[in-house]
Amino acid sequence: MSSGPQQSSKVATLEARAPSPVQQSSLLSVRRVAKRFGKHAVLRDISLEVAAGEFLTILGESGSGKTTLLRIIAGFEHPTSGEVWMSGERLDLLPPYKRRVNTVFQSYALFPHLTVEENVAYGPRVAGVPSSEIRPRVEEALAKVRMQVFAKYKPSKISGGQQQRVALARALVNRPKLLLLDEPLSALDANLRRQMQMELKALQREVGITFVFVTHDQEEAMVMSDRIALLRAGELEQVAPPDEIYNRPATSYTAQFIGHTNLLRAEVRGGTARCGVLSWPAAAPDGSALFSLRPECISPAGTNPNAAKFQARVINYSFHGASELVHVQTSDTLTLTVRSSQHGVLRGEVQLEFHPEDAVPVRESEK
Amino acid sequence: MFSRAYKFAITLPPLLWVSLFLLLPYALMFSYSFWSVSSTQTIIHSWNLSNYRELLSHDVYRQTLLRSAWIAARVMSFSLLLGYPVAYLLSFHAGMRKNLLYQLVIIPLWVSYLVRAYAWKTILGSDGVLNTSMQYLHLTNHPLQFLLYSSFAVVLTLTHIYTPFTFLPIYAAMEHIPRNLVEASHDLGASRLQTFWRVVLPLSIPGVLAGATFAFVLSFGDFLAPLLLGGPSGIMISNVVVSLFGAAYNWPLGAAISFCMLGLVVGLLWLSEKLERRWTLS
Amino acid sequence: MRRNSYDKSPRWLWLYAVVVFAFLYLPIVVLVVYSFNGQAVGGFPPRDLTFNWYRQLFQDDAIWSSVLNSVIVALASVLIALALGIPAGLALDRAAFPGKGIFRRLVLLPLVLPGIITGLSLLMLFREADLKLSLLTVILGHGTALISVATTEVFAGLQKLDRAHEEASLDLGANYLQTFWRVTLPNLKLSIIGAALLIFTLSMDEIALSFFLIGRDNTLPLEIWGRLRRGITPEINAVSTIIFVFSLSAIVIWYRLSTGAQGEPALAESLPLVNPK
Repeated sequence: MSSGPQQSSKVATLEARAPSPVQQSSLLSVRRVAKRFGKHAVLRDISLEVAAGEFLTILGESGSGKTTLLRIIAGFEHPTSGEVWMSGERLDLLPPYKRRVNTVFQSYALFPHLTVEENVAYGPRVAGVPSSEIRPRVEEALAKVRMQVFAKYKPSKISGGQQQRVALARALVNRPKLLLLDEPLSALDANLRRQMQMELKALQREVGITFVFVTHDQEEAMVMSDRIALLRAGELEQVAPPDEIYNRPATSYTAQFIGHTNLLRAEVRGGTARCGVLSWPAAAPDGSALFSLRPECISPAGTNPNAAKFQARVINYSFHGASELVHVQTSDTLTLTVRSSQHGVLRGEVQLEFHPEDAVPVRESEK
Repeated sequence: MFSRAYKFAITLPPLLWVSLFLLLPYALMFSYSFWSVSSTQTIIHSWNLSNYRELLSHDVYRQTLLRSAWIAARVMSFSLLLGYPVAYLLSFHAGMRKNLLYQLVIIPLWVSYLVRAYAWKTILGSDGVLNTSMQYLHLTNHPLQFLLYSSFAVVLTLTHIYTPFTFLPIYAAMEHIPRNLVEASHDLGASRLQTFWRVVLPLSIPGVLAGATFAFVLSFGDFLAPLLLGGPSGIMISNVVVSLFGAAYNWPLGAAISFCMLGLVVGLLWLSEKLERRWTLS
Repeated sequence: MRRNSYDKSPRWLWLYAVVVFAFLYLPIVVLVVYSFNGQAVGGFPPRDLTFNWYRQLFQDDAIWSSVLNSVIVALASVLIALALGIPAGLALDRAAFPGKGIFRRLVLLPLVLPGIITGLSLLMLFREADLKLSLLTVILGHGTALISVATTEVFAGLQKLDRAHEEASLDLGANYLQTFWRVTLPNLKLSIIGAALLIFTLSMDEIALSFFLIGRDNTLPLEIWGRLRRGITPEINAVSTIIFVFSLSAIVIWYRLSTGAQGEPALAESLPLVNPK
């Protein structure tokens, strides 16, 4: 198993990343779900198992079908074919108000005519929970998102970030088996977003509820998730934990969508892959193959005899805070991106190297 | 962004016109109410409160006013009863057919008032469609007299006229309700009925207030329907005013009543606006 | 596509709507049917289909001259209402001045006020000004009352206008008048046409206001009114049917125009007169 580079600056490693939950009993089972709107197929043959207590992110570009999939789980859309099961029972035949699933909407959807605490109390009240029990539950939910002070406020009087937290409390107070979050952080500015990512992750750990989170932001997905399900044009490209998706992408699309990469089209012959002036040992069958090589895996040439070495010229570079991205060109005009943690070192003519194991073979994605 | 000259140019003409043709006439009506009429049918411009005293002392004015208010209240209630469910259906359940149905509701609005009132006269008369068809079907033996020339006829006709008017603002208010609120409500466990009661209804109140005010105020001041269909028991306050400007020739008294009506209507509009503002959010 | 029972709209609601629609359309249907009725009175069932009443109608001079009067009044009212309503709409959208709230309410008042009050107050004005009642006074009345319609439509149209377009025009060197002519007005085209159609139709049908301001020449509604007072004549059915067809066409055209680009017509949204601005 190849161990990737220790500093993946793109992936903020949390101090205590819990191990993936044991996938014995899956809470949610999406079985061959497809969705068509008229002639347009939005989802094709999606099958997915979500384990109890895990934080799963459905990641994809706009139009990939991720929101549709979420809405099918929530109950606002019906699958054209396929089934959704939860805890051994058929979910997709139930109306939304009978499912033990709650949603945090992208636009928060807070009721404008109710105060913050009335919004949070909505679910219990509608379920007929006695008032005496509602009050402490609401306070507890608001405390979890640190919005107790704003209990009597109307939604129009609080900021976007605060509304989002109220929406979260409103969903959590019902103690659902599954919480769906539809790009809840997309309307927030960058700093607040990063802060909320941490908070959401911690909150999920604390309450232990299964989260299914939808986003188009790959960085966000990697920061928060136990597993990522990458959706592309209605099909699942890869479902794996973040480090696996990053270090061992299955397809060229995955490799390019998540983080930066260099896609190398090489000819393999007798255990050696050749791409222009680059050559390295590869355990792949003879023929044409595609390899993904992360920029941080390329470094200035050192003394390692096993590393694949090559020469190139720096044509461009950009500042990225903790590191810089340098564009180099080999003698046969192949362009590569190199990430360097030291600024200003790679300039002009350079000698570079990479470990052959870091060139990961990937399946080619259709355009 | 806009220059002072531009702002002057767009504000002054309408302001002047409206002052001349709306503000001034109302002020004039106010003044008239304090004057009196001589035996030779000329207006005496002497200021006194005799007209208002007349209104307060004679019961007939109060009774007619109350009857008008009662008719208006019934029209308002019935048109709400008819218009609200249709607005709800169109906004939330009509899907593809929404636009077509909307047009269907609007079309009667643009059939002239007179035409519609006349049509009801045709239907409700003792030789009218309703009576003759009921006798034809042997539902009754003789024509029902109360159908026409009664306050029933006035209420029926005015309800018919004002239901689309009531529908419009309610529909507009409902269209403004974000659909994701309905989804959120379902998501949180509320059934369709609960969602209607807790989310749709409260958020539609401003539209209801607007429509109700509209229907009440316009019915209250109507004089054509009573003239055509009301008979002696259907006389409304506006009819009294009309006769004071016609055969009974007492403009100042008529002005006094009109001004009271104006005050009442403006008061209702102000109240309605205040309530709407309190209920309007976001 | 599979649907749960949760999706189906309640059947009784549709039934109720059908009843309401039947109620709304009953008089109109009766009217049209009986305009072809051979018998003079509206008995049931109608006998002898005939075009008699329509034929009599076409030979009725009084009716035709009143139609002409109505058209003149309507056209003039459109001009007045637009000439004042467009600036009023602009003023409400972009100018701040003392008394703006009162101005707005005053302009919109004739829309909600019973016609008798507006009519009588204008009557008193004309009397004090020694102005004889004629088509002119009717025109002044209609024009004034219908400014509200023009203002409403223009205001709603302005809401949908992107301020940035006008700013871009000024940025590129056009002055206020040019910007108004080249950018603002074309974008308001739909609102203005819609308003014009609406004002024309409303003026043609207007009776409450006209009742008090009419001189010797009748408008069509008042001509009909006069005959109605004297008793039911089946010609009225024919006239009414024709008016209905015309109003209907006008409104359908208006609706097609306005929903082509924008969605619901402005009037629906303006009737809640509260505009928290």
